[in-house]
Amino acid sequence: MTGDCIVLEKVNRFFGPAHVLKDINLRVPRGEIYGLLGPSGCGKTTAVKIIAGILEASSGEARVLGEKMPQLRLMNRIGYMAQSDALYTALSAEENLRFFGAVYGLRKSELRRRVAEVTELVNLTADLQKKTRDYSGGMKRRLSLALALLHRPPVLLLDEPTVGIDPLLRRDIWRELHRLAAGGVTILLTTHVMDEAEKCHRLAMMRAGTLLAQGSYGELLAETGAAAIEEAFLYYGEKQDES
Amino acid sequence: MRVRALAGRILSQLRHDHRTLALMMFAPMLVLTLIYFILDETDHPVAVGVVNAPAEYAERLEDYNVTARRYSEDEARRALRAGEITASLYMISGRAYIQVDGSDPGRAARALNALERAGPDPGRSRPDLRPEITYVYGAEDLSDFDYFGSVLIGFVVFFFVFLVAGISFLQERTTGTLEKLLSTPIRRWEIVCGYVLGFGAAAAAQSLLIACFCVYVLGVMLTGSFFLVLLVTLSGALTALTLGALLSTAANSEFQIIQFIPLVVIPQVFFSGLFELSPALTALGRCMPLYYVAGALTEVMLKGGGLAEIAAPLSVTMGFSLCFMALNVLLLKKHRRI
Repeated sequence: MTGDCIVLEKVNRFFGPAHVLKDINLRVPRGEIYGLLGPSGCGKTTAVKIIAGILEASSGEARVLGEKMPQLRLMNRIGYMAQSDALYTALSAEENLRFFGAVYGLRKSELRRRVAEVTELVNLTADLQKKTRDYSGGMKRRLSLALALLHRPPVLLLDEPTVGIDPLLRRDIWRELHRLAAGGVTILLTTHVMDEAEKCHRLAMMRAGTLLAQGSYGELLAETGAAAIEEAFLYYGEKQDES
Repeated sequence: MRVRALAGRILSQLRHDHRTLALMMFAPMLVLTLIYFILDETDHPVAVGVVNAPAEYAERLEDYNVTARRYSEDEARRALRAGEITASLYMISGRAYIQVDGSDPGRAARALNALERAGPDPGRSRPDLRPEITYVYGAEDLSDFDYFGSVLIGFVVFFFVFLVAGISFLQERTTGTLEKLLSTPIRRWEIVCGYVLGFGAAAAAQSLLIACFCVYVLGVMLTGSFFLVLLVTLSGALTALTLGALLSTAANSEFQIIQFIPLVVIPQVFFSGLFELSPALTALGRCMPLYYVAGALTEVMLKGGGLAEIAAPLSVTMGFSLCFMALNVLLLKKHRRI
């Protein structure tokens, strides 16, 4: 397991009687972009929250950077972007960034530099002083991403990072994610946009709380004989229904 | 460090949110001013109809803040029915017959009191036998507002801090920022302390403003130290803030916070010692934070009590706050165990 940065081992999670995650096994090597694909309600977000240390597995184990989650000390090394934009709408973008930067313990000078860097990256420099209440959906998404990147975490957990972002900026963000991965950052993201799958190093398909298949884009296509990832998904889905 | 960041963020949020700021600072002043006009009615004279009585009797009535009007018997009856006068007086062979409109007990009592005191009594003919009255607490011209006002400062601050802090803590949960916060290495107690520090600072400003307004603008009697009034008000605000944050965990929307007001906040007024209650009900009041806030405020403002006199109620309210804070730290476990 050397180099595996995120590990889920036989993770089960119940919410009352609901069995939301069923025996999930998952490994993400350091520096990879790992895509969790699946329809909404399949358990992607629960899996991400368990890795982030907000939730805990009912059974099984989650490990990040070789240590068992949840652990406060590790949370400083994870950048988490939630599915819904968690912003203080009465505050400006800069105030949001400065607040979370302070919570992550960034020093003043570094905070100032990082705020400039991440806003540049998500193309919000011109709107930094605007209150986030007046932001569009895409702008909020970009600011959420900037917040996740702020403290230079070696592990990024992004829940639906590109929803509502226009294609041009989406391309830029993907370019940046690849640049980060090349620099050793491990990224796990969820999406239900199938055409983003191709951009991940490795994919997992999820449905109704189970992992249907894992592998690279090419492997999954080859195994199912599908021409597109959507077809591959249907293939695994039907196979699951039969068994 | 994180506590300070959180407190700073809460203050920035308040600074940007002018409406909430106005609600905290000016709504209490508006409410107190209205109550002042209602309770401070010593200036409004009660009118009494005099049908036949000695002229000096009617004159003496004026001394007791009662307007005496000369009427015939029929006119008096009509004026009483029309509500123009509160009572009418006939004198038949030295004996007074008084008809009174008792629908407003306060006014009726004042009219009767004046009529009785203006009448012939032995004290008047023998000035040396007039009772010697000393006000141990309060003063002769103390109005209802002086009495209620001291308690109302505590209550009004409690009410608005409860509302604003409860809604703010709730929004942290419903907008997802609590989850985002919990994905950082912040500790649960740091969140609660950050809230207490941030809203505590806002509540301190509010307490200062309201207490100044009550004492120096509305003229509520203050015999003790102004600083102690502030201290007690602030301790009440802290209890309100921690209680609001605590109860917000049991609410799913802003409206559900409002629903707590008739259940949790309003009943405290009735048990705060303003009204005389049976011993059993008084005992119930002892479970309520506002009882101690009100007790301490009356002690300082009307009886001139010092820190020693209010140490007990003050420590009880502080105890309430600490208790609520600890519970809140525990309840946050629901969102993240560590």
